[in-house]
Order: sequence, then structure tokens, then C-alpha cells
Amino acid sequence: MASDRPESVVIDIHGLTKRFGNKTVVDDVSLDVRRGEIVGFLGPNGSGKTTTIRMICGLLRPDGGNGTCLGMDILRDADRIKRQVGYMTQRFSLYEDLTIRENLDFVARIYDLSDRAATVNRTLERLGLYERRDQLAGSLSGGWKQRLALAASVMHQPKLLLLDEPTAGVDPQARREFWDEIHDLASDGLTVLVSTHYMDEAERCHRIIYIAYGKIVARGTVAEVIESSGLSTIVVSGSDVGVIAKAVREKPGVEQAAPFGNDLHVVGPDPAALKQAVDSALAEAGSDAVAEPGETSLEDVFIRLMQTAQAADRSANGKAS
Amino acid sequence: MSAGFSLSRIVALMVKEFIQMRRDRLTFAMIIGIPIIQLVLFGYAINLDPKRLPTLMVAAESGPATRTIVAAMEASGYFSIAPGLASEAQANEALIDGSASYVITLPPGFERDLVRGTRPQLLVEADATDPAATSNALGALPQILSSALARELTGPLATQERLPPAVDLVIQRRYNPEGITAYNIVPGLLGTILTMTTILMTALALTREIERGTMENLMAMPATPLEIMIGKIVPYIGFGLVQVAVILVCAQILFHVPMMGSFAVLLGVTFLFIGCNVTLGYTFSTIARNQMQAMQMTFFWFLPSILLSGFMFPFRGMPDWAQVIGSALPITHYIRSVRGIMLKGSGPTDLVNEVWPLIAFWLAVGTLALFRYRRTLD
Repeated sequence: MASDRPESVVIDIHGLTKRFGNKTVVDDVSLDVRRGEIVGFLGPNGSGKTTTIRMICGLLRPDGGNGTCLGMDILRDADRIKRQVGYMTQRFSLYEDLTIRENLDFVARIYDLSDRAATVNRTLERLGLYERRDQLAGSLSGGWKQRLALAASVMHQPKLLLLDEPTAGVDPQARREFWDEIHDLASDGLTVLVSTHYMDEAERCHRIIYIAYGKIVARGTVAEVIESSGLSTIVVSGSDVGVIAKAVREKPGVEQAAPFGNDLHVVGPDPAALKQAVDSALAEAGSDAVAEPGETSLEDVFIRLMQTAQAADRSANGKAS
Repeated sequence: MSAGFSLSRIVALMVKEFIQMRRDRLTFAMIIGIPIIQLVLFGYAINLDPKRLPTLMVAAESGPATRTIVAAMEASGYFSIAPGLASEAQANEALIDGSASYVITLPPGFERDLVRGTRPQLLVEADATDPAATSNALGALPQILSSALARELTGPLATQERLPPAVDLVIQRRYNPEGITAYNIVPGLLGTILTMTTILMTALALTREIERGTMENLMAMPATPLEIMIGKIVPYIGFGLVQVAVILVCAQILFHVPMMGSFAVLLGVTFLFIGCNVTLGYTFSTIARNQMQAMQMTFFWFLPSILLSGFMFPFRGMPDWAQVIGSALPITHYIRSVRGIMLKGSGPTDLVNEVWPLIAFWLAVGTLALFRYRRTLD
């Protein structure tokens, strides 16, 4: 990181920690995001994604750690950071009893934007909201609400966009369009930190950071994360994969066995042990299903990471008490 | 059986309600607190027969008869007579600014005329803006005077004790000569309606944002606490002024309440009073966690505002501690101001004692609100 020019680092935080009562929700998180990057922030529910994002944009005060956001101190300059950051909350948080245009007008006024009417109109057209501008926000479907929220968070031309599970509850086509839009914005130089549950969305990020139980457990490009997990996968195809799944789970060297329709993905750390386990399970079941080496998916890696983190968290708590 | 009526389902609902009630500490405190406060206020603070009302004596000279009258009036408990004699101008001012409820005027030569038996006049001027507060004392006055003078006029003067009485008692009910209660009720209603509506509206200001989830977005945007407070309360000041206009027009058309003072002064005081209320409401919304709690706090404030402000029950009839609480409420000063302006024609100088508490209150709750405002979601 030292080789990076300082102006190209948009988020640079070290040892960020947040406790609620005696529960440490974010534990010693360090992360860096460079200009124009789209970074995916992944992790199970309650892993601390939202809390971390809220600390970066000044909505929560960290209990430990420090860092800068757009070159400004996250502890002291929260008010200045807010002017240059766009934040899209997990839950729709614009006014449902205002129309689309009224909401955007409100936001434009709060940011003190010059030439307000033109800016609002441009934003409405850019995000395809112009036709619906006089519709109440409360009457919009999930996809349109999300589009409005995105419009509101980019209208003041922020340098950094923080998106907290922006596509939860949105249909696939709207998600696809949303991500196209995010890539458009990023190509114009906007930096994006986006939290998500969806694997396909993680794959659309330049880089991903995986957080579990408040700690970062993996980071890098999708390929790097899969590679570094050291997992290999065998795909079993046949009509009786449900039965084989039960048998193979008990075998040594098998970590996961998940049926996908007529396919069964069997995942383990050691390729030789894995092959042996699958073969013996097929023999026991008397099955004529076909086993072939397959690609390890991001999802398989994440489930592994989550389980390891869970075990580590339990043993840490066990020692503490 | 289970489809029709299930005791277990009812128990399930009851248990859930109890758990929720217990979690909501403020509601629980209200359940205990409101009856206690009502009992104390109604039981101890409210007195429909106010005693020791401040009285000034205006007389050219003092004499034995004057002293007897003063002593008897004090002894009756209704009047608290300021020591010494006041000038006519001082007495008039005291009636207007409300520091005196009665002025007793003895004409020059009162003592002499009394001895001579020429039935001198004894003028009693009462502040009748609140007829209920003054009527009992006035009713008791003839009896007090005649028994006092009976004791005084003994020996050679005993012949004076006869009918008609020794003095010619003249009672003037000032500002509201016919004792029309509407004249008192309208300023009081103005105060209570504004208290109820404007506090409630602004008390919901932030809690509504929190409940609808819009607060997080508002906080993430660059608006300062002061900007948010001003933006949230100013619309409701306008709302309150519209209500005032409606009430005043009705007061004029339906009750013919006079308007002795200036509208500009009334508007000024009303602006201050509404400012106090909306800022207080906003302060409630920085403390309450949800709209329900904000509403409860409003009602909690409303209770003493009605009972201790001098609106429903005479202020001077209350014990000292209740008067202290009453004096801390903006509505008390507002009702006095409106009565003064509408019925007595009070101007700005007469209202100084009512205006500064309003300003002080406004500043205090405004500061508290900014202090209480949570800038983060912590």
C-alpha cells in the first residue's frame, strides 16, 4: 500500500473497533479502497458490515481505531466527510409521503446544490425516473425505490458511494440494471463500497472483502479468494444425489456436500481424500452417478470461511469465560 | 373447541402485552405517575376559594378605623394587605400587571366622616378578569366590614351601628364588570389549545423520522442539529399562529370578548409562547424513543398546564409550591398576558414580568434540545 499515491486511496482505516455493550461487533478491521474501485463487502448477517459502513460515514462513533476517508479523519471530520459521500441505507429511508421529485428536491436543498431544478431533472432522466417523478415514493415497487435511493445518494456527485445491501428484495433484472449503473459511475471515477449477500454481485466487484464475526477473514479478487482457500470440488451427477449427499457428508475429508438439482457439489481441502470419499460413498449407495472434478465456487469458499470464523469465535469466547 | 374459543390463545396475547408493557419503561412510569400527580394536584394544589389575595390600600391618612378595617380584612384570610399606603397611580399599575387583586380606596376625611356618621364611601376595586378568583372575597366583604366597624364604633359612637351600615361600600369589578366567565375562558383556551397541538406536533418530529427509518438518511446528510431543529419547528409556529387567528375570530364573533390592547403586542407574546411550545415538543422528540412515548410526554406536560396555570382554578388559591411549578410553565405567563392585553389593555411595559420567563424558557429548552440531539446512531 505504501507505493500507492496518497490521493488514490479513498478509504484507509486501521484497527476499527465497535462494541455494543460487551459485544464486539466490529473487531480490529483495517481496509483500504482505491479511487475508482468497486469493492464488495461480504459476510453473513450480523457480521458487522453495516456497522463498519456507518462508522466510515460518521453515523457511529468507533470505540477504537482510526483512519481517513477521502483524506479526512473519520473521527474528527465526520461533517465534512458527509458532504462528499453518498450513502444508501439498507432500508429505504427517503420520505414515502413525498413524490420522487419532492424527495430529490429535498436532498438537493440539504446539499445546497446550485442550479437545483436542472440537477434534479438531470438526475431524474439519468436514472429513468422522469416518467414517474410525481408518484409518491411509498407507492413504488422495491426496484424503483432502490433506483430513487441511488439517485438521491449520487445527485450531489459524491466521490465515494457507500451502498448497504442495495439490492435486497429486488428482482434480477432490476439488480442487473443497478449494477450496470454502478459500473458506469465507477468508470467516471466514483469509488464504491457495497455490501451484499449475493455471490453473483460479489463477482461483479473488482475486489471483495469478507467479514465474519466482526473480523476480516479474506480479501482480494474473486479468483484470489477462491485460490487461497485451497478447496477442491467434485461434481456428482445422477438421479439419486440426495442419498449420496447424506452418505458422503460422513466421510473424512469432506467439508460440504450440497445438492443442486441433479448435481451434487462435494467440497474438501485435500483432492485425494475427497476423491476417495466420493468413490466409497458411490460404492456404498450402489449408485451409477458420475463423478467429475469441478470448479470451486465463491459460495463454497464463503461457507467454509464462515464455519472457520464461527469455530474461532466460539473457542475465543470459551477461553474468555 | 380450539377453533372457537381458546383460553391459551387469550393467555398468549395477555402475556405478550404484559411483556411489552414492562419493556416500555416510560409507559409503565406513566401508569404509576399520572394518578399520583393528579391526586396531589387536585387534592392539595387546587383551591376554589382562594385566600390571602394581594391588596393595596389607598388613603389620604391612616387612623383607628382604617387600622381596624385592615386588621379585619387580614383576619378574614381573604386579603393580604400590603403594609403602608399606596398612591392611586401605583395601585392602578398593580391591578394592570396583576401584582394586586384588590385596591381599597378610602376617600380623604374617611375617619372624620365615619365618626360623624355621614357614611363615607369605601371603594373596592377588584381585578375581575377571572371572576371565580375574586367573587368569594367580594361576597364576604360587607360582613367583614360591618362586624369590624361594630367593634370600632363603641361607646359614644355606638349609635352609628345601625342600618344602613356605617360605610357606603362601592365595589368595582374592573376589566370584566359583568363577571362574564367567557372573558376569562377564551385567553385560557388559547393557551391550552396551543399547548396541546403545537407540542404534540413537534414532539412527533424526530420520533416519526426514527420510526419510519428516515432518520438514518437525514443523519448521513450534511444538516447540523441547529438547522434540523429550526427547520422542524418553524412550520409549526406558523401552524400555531393560524390556530390563534381562528380562536380570536371565534372569540370575537361568538363571545364578544373585548380587545382593549394592541394586536401587535398580542402577536408578539403569542409568537414567544408558540416558540416555547414547539421547542419543548422538539425537545421531547429528542428524548422519546418512539411516537407513543412522545405523545405520553405531551399529555404529561398538559396536565399541570391545565391545572396549575390559573386557567381552570385560581392561581392565587394554590399553595406556594404549586405556584412555583405554575410559574415555571409558559402557559401561566401566556394566559396572564392575554388576559392583560385583551381585558386590561396592557402594553409591553406592563408585561415585562410575563415576557422574560417565556424568553428564558424558550432558550433553556432550545439549549436542552441541541444538547440532547443524537448526532450518531449510537
